Amino acid sequence: MSRTVRMIMLAVGLLGAAGVLGAGVVGLPAFGGDRHPYRDLAVSAGLQRATANVVSSINFDQRALDTFGEETILVASVAAVAALLRPSRTERRRRVGSGLPVLESTRLLTVIFFPVTVLVGIDVVAHGAITPGGGFQGGVVLATGLHLLYVGGRYRLLERLRPIRIFEITEGVGLVIFIAIGLAGLAIAGQLFRNVLSYGQLAQLTSSGTVVLLSCAVGMAVVSSVVVLLAGFLEQALALVEVSEPDQSDEEAAR
Amino acid sequence: MIIVIMVLSTVVLIGAAVVVFTRTPARQAVTLSVYGLLLTVLFVALQAPDVALSQLAVGTAVVPLMVMLAVRKVVAYRRTGRDDR
Repeated sequence: MSRTVRMIMLAVGLLGAAGVLGAGVVGLPAFGGDRHPYRDLAVSAGLQRATANVVSSINFDQRALDTFGEETILVASVAAVAALLRPSRTERRRRVGSGLPVLESTRLLTVIFFPVTVLVGIDVVAHGAITPGGGFQGGVVLATGLHLLYVGGRYRLLERLRPIRIFEITEGVGLVIFIAIGLAGLAIAGQLFRNVLSYGQLAQLTSSGTVVLLSCAVGMAVVSSVVVLLAGFLEQALALVEVSEPDQSDEEAAR
Repeated sequence: MIIVIMVLSTVVLIGAAVVVFTRTPARQAVTLSVYGLLLTVLFVALQAPDVALSQLAVGTAVVPLMVMLAVRKVVAYRRTGRDDR
């Protein structure tokens, strides 16, 4: 395909997207107004299913298939990044020392905020159906909390706390649990991602049926994804060093 | 409330301009992090705590960290390349 044809196709695509987007924006209710048809429908549906956090109700119950798509995209792109960041033939792994000295105040703040952040992350995942947050937010907070150890100069401890082999597996397992709950809905009620568990009482930890389970599954996949992603970057930046010639023993092994 | 949102939107726009016009990637990671924090405050003002939480964790912590680590790797790579020659 020549350059001109590609440019024409790009222009057609952009025009189409701009047209659809423009029509959509014009049809939106005014900013700060009182008329919100989608909100009215979503909130009443969320309350009907005893889900106090309506955003979670939309993400994990009313539009769970969309969330499944998003999660798949996340896991697939992390797998691609991990493949890109794998050690090349001219790179050798070295032991990461303590490196540059870390400020005492940084060390202290890390010690205080590491347990607090991990706890907040678990809380946000577990209470996804009741309070703001959910699997994605809590998962990222949890992974960020773990990496506070790196900020505090404890890279070796971080490496021991998050064995990559295990996190690579839990990443996939989170995704599998998510689709398994969706298929359970299909098997029991004849509808993919149908909320088949009892709804329970509004604002209780066990309320909202499958929402809390799907939130935990997403949390598992997201925390593993972010850990694997950052591990790739950390390995490249800290542990892998460039050597001019591929190692002799490696060459022999290749033969 | 509308005044708070307007002020915050203006601050966010200024922050975005600062990020775009920061030329060094390592410095850009820092301004990006601050910009993420401003955006988080705007989302809280717009009553979207879910989005604010995602923005805080991803935009303020994870993405700047990835940029910093990438910059560090590039710098180390250039240094070894020069030593070899």
